[in-house]
Amino acid sequence: MLGETLVRDIVKQALAFSRADQTEVILQGSDSAVTRIANSYIHQNVTRSNAEIRVRIVDGQRIGVASSNNLSPEGIQRTVDAARTIAQLQRENPGLQMPSTPQCLESVRAVAESTARCTPGQRAQIMKVLCQKAKSKGVVAAGALSTTEREIAVANSLGVFAYHRGTIADINTVMTSDTGSGYASFTHRDVRQINAEAIADTAIDKALRSRNPIALDPGPYTVLLEEAAVLDLLDFLATVAFSAQAIQENRSFMAGKLGRKVMSDQVSVWDDGCSPDTIPLPFDFEGVPRQKVTFVENGVARGVVYDTRTAQRDGKQSTGHSLPAPNTLGPLAMHMFMAHGSLPKSEMIDSVEHGVWVTRLWYTRVVHPTKVLITGMTRDGTFLIEHGAVTRPLKNCRFTTSYLEALNNVCAVSRETKLFHHDRNGASRTAPALLVDGFNFTGVTA
Amino acid sequence: MKDLTARALNLAELRGATYADIRVVSRDTQSVAVKNEEIEGLLQDQTQGFGVRVIVNGAWGFASSSRIEAAEVERVVTQAVAVAHASAQTKIRDVNIGHPIAVQATYQTPVTINPFSVSAAEKIDLLSKSSAEMRRVKGVQVARGFIACSREGKTFASTEGSYITQEIVECGCGIVALATDLQTGEVQVRSYPNSGGRHHHALGYEFILAQQLAENAGRVGAEAVALLAADQCPSFDAMAIILDGAQLALQVHESCGHPIELDRVLGSEAAHAGTSFLTPDRLGNFRYGSEVVNITADASIPGGLGTFGYDDEGVLAQKTDIVKNGIFVGYLTSRETAQQIGLGSSNGTMRADGWGHAPIIRMTNISLLPGTWDVNDMIADTDEGLWMETSRSSSIDDKRLNFQFGIELAWEIRGGKKTRMLKNATYTGITPQFWGACDAVGNAKSWAMWGTASCGKGQPHQMAYTGHGAAPARFRNVRVGVIK
Repeated sequence: MLGETLVRDIVKQALAFSRADQTEVILQGSDSAVTRIANSYIHQNVTRSNAEIRVRIVDGQRIGVASSNNLSPEGIQRTVDAARTIAQLQRENPGLQMPSTPQCLESVRAVAESTARCTPGQRAQIMKVLCQKAKSKGVVAAGALSTTEREIAVANSLGVFAYHRGTIADINTVMTSDTGSGYASFTHRDVRQINAEAIADTAIDKALRSRNPIALDPGPYTVLLEEAAVLDLLDFLATVAFSAQAIQENRSFMAGKLGRKVMSDQVSVWDDGCSPDTIPLPFDFEGVPRQKVTFVENGVARGVVYDTRTAQRDGKQSTGHSLPAPNTLGPLAMHMFMAHGSLPKSEMIDSVEHGVWVTRLWYTRVVHPTKVLITGMTRDGTFLIEHGAVTRPLKNCRFTTSYLEALNNVCAVSRETKLFHHDRNGASRTAPALLVDGFNFTGVTA
Repeated sequence: MKDLTARALNLAELRGATYADIRVVSRDTQSVAVKNEEIEGLLQDQTQGFGVRVIVNGAWGFASSSRIEAAEVERVVTQAVAVAHASAQTKIRDVNIGHPIAVQATYQTPVTINPFSVSAAEKIDLLSKSSAEMRRVKGVQVARGFIACSREGKTFASTEGSYITQEIVECGCGIVALATDLQTGEVQVRSYPNSGGRHHHALGYEFILAQQLAENAGRVGAEAVALLAADQCPSFDAMAIILDGAQLALQVHESCGHPIELDRVLGSEAAHAGTSFLTPDRLGNFRYGSEVVNITADASIPGGLGTFGYDDEGVLAQKTDIVKNGIFVGYLTSRETAQQIGLGSSNGTMRADGWGHAPIIRMTNISLLPGTWDVNDMIADTDEGLWMETSRSSSIDDKRLNFQFGIELAWEIRGGKKTRMLKNATYTGITPQFWGACDAVGNAKSWAMWGTASCGKGQPHQMAYTGHGAAPARFRNVRVGVIK
């Protein structure tokens, strides 16, 4: 990690090198490590240290962006020059005004030094617990533990500067029996919060109970979606529905629906990047403080997220949800929450006569965006529910169903919620379990 | 550079490594995105760094850094060794990578037009012109165009005596038209040359020019709008389908390319990407497809997105039979996995996503070899069926068996002729049953190489560029149309 002082110096240097009308500098750095197991031993074990600067220049009505991880003075100069050259080579583009007002940023608790200092030996010890537990129960362990320390700074020539340092610890495992498998995961900023024994036990229990699965007949079912499955619903809502760009491109079911009921009144969803209950990041990639945005409140559509460009189009203010430029995806909700209910997960299926328990969903893809029609598979712990109890294990099933319809057919929401973090795009989600009607299964694996 | 790599390898051996390699990588990327004739994004990116892989005490360790300097090399080597010692805590056997490899070589992608010599203005003009052509069609709401070019310089050195330098150039482009019906909420998309907005090759800018984006843009826009009014594709329990080359390339990628990755077969991706139904006991005897199905892995095909000189273990790019006359006969291997099932030597498929990741087995160019059918004859020979063009969605289970694909555009075939356009077509199946029902493969005249620029695998997540050659092919008794 560079630390805030050095980061300030670097971004200040980059801004000084630029003589453009407006200049924005983003610096992202991370020290990360992943210890991975398969066949109950550590088969891949990696560390990575990187820091990258991204410079966006607006010169007149021309925009150029360049990035590099060469942070020497010569490297920074070259990056600024590259952005300037690109801007000068462009045709004029309708003007973009960068945020200009340095804003007060909420102080958020995001760092656990235990995660930042976690050693290869400590990571190996945690994964050894999974391996040993698996061997003792006659199953095979696979999984990964990652620990990351990251820093992000955003600054521009109009006076904005924001710096954030945070840590993330994430563990996931799939335990495999001869004909079944089970999944478990845990995410927190503090690696000491990881209870490897408990995670192993959860996955092993499912692996053993999912042996000799039977095939499910296609059709609509009442389904208990565990938290890891509801995670997928939130991910799709973020990309196809809750973005201003999706509405502006007429791809979102939220278009024209603000203030109207769009889901079950048991469903409330919001985004809050400053919450201590997520992996927080209090500002976006234009340095705008992240606002709490309510998407759905008791089933009623309330709002979407904006960045500067989409906000200008709608005559609104950015909500602090931009991604790094150049961004073709539009604003993105990065810290979503779905409200919990009052029922313990263990009691949610008491009234289910014939249904399916789903641990998680896999390889899900959009079939129709405005309907949020999604296809995918269940994975790592799928069970039949009969007369209020989990009975038989099921082969993994294919579903093709509308997540929007599912969220209109919510029967119950769990009291428990779980935090998840995507290492690929840095998004965090907090999800409860849901009991939904009419979830459509269309096939089964061989 | 030789001093730096030699220093790293010497240090690793001094610290107890029985094997070590180092990759020093520098990658330049330029990407241009245009939306409705406005520049949506224009980025020039440069990333550099190095990664050190070691075997210490019989276990793997890997460490990497973006700072290419002597003191950092020492820190990273020390860290890689520490990581390997940690790995050894759970070791069940020593890593075995087989016989040593010592190669001194260079490789460079053959390029006619250096893509970085073409100005950003010229690229923007091409995409803006294409966007304008698409939007000339009434009903096209969003018209997008993309161009991306990259150049990766890579030096590989190992304690076994290899020293290999490579420069890989890749170019990709595409256009997408989005049409929406505000009354019905219908959204239709048409992409060219391939979906995801991109079609890539390991070639220079001549590849971009050859795609003739602007010349095809009007048709792309018209098809997107026509799809709004097209009939919904009906559902059938068993129908003949003919997949165009682009869609078939993706089918090959998902249902063949991934399940033949030997590291995946042996369980290394069980917690993430999944495993494979092509277990080692099936090698050489399992019927993967019909007699007309022949699939190869070939990292030497000119222009293929999975083409290179040497993989990231220093193994020469080569060709391997994967499916021969329908029988499964080959895997994608690494030095370690080849030893694990007694295959003798790696067939050179290890690649890392840049300097900061350890290499894992990735597809090279996995291709369905051409057959004997003229495509027009194939259609004429089909009494009742569906022609399907360009992927819109793809999904497959963790063993690579149950799949479902959505298609941008389909045509009903009746009496050997394309009759009406259909929208929202999907098809689903189980991999060996599907390939077992392949009864016609297009000939060399209709065969083309396609590129997948977004293949994900591994923890941490890595992206790879893979190539797939395919001609249109016909499949019988396929379940079609599962949209509720």
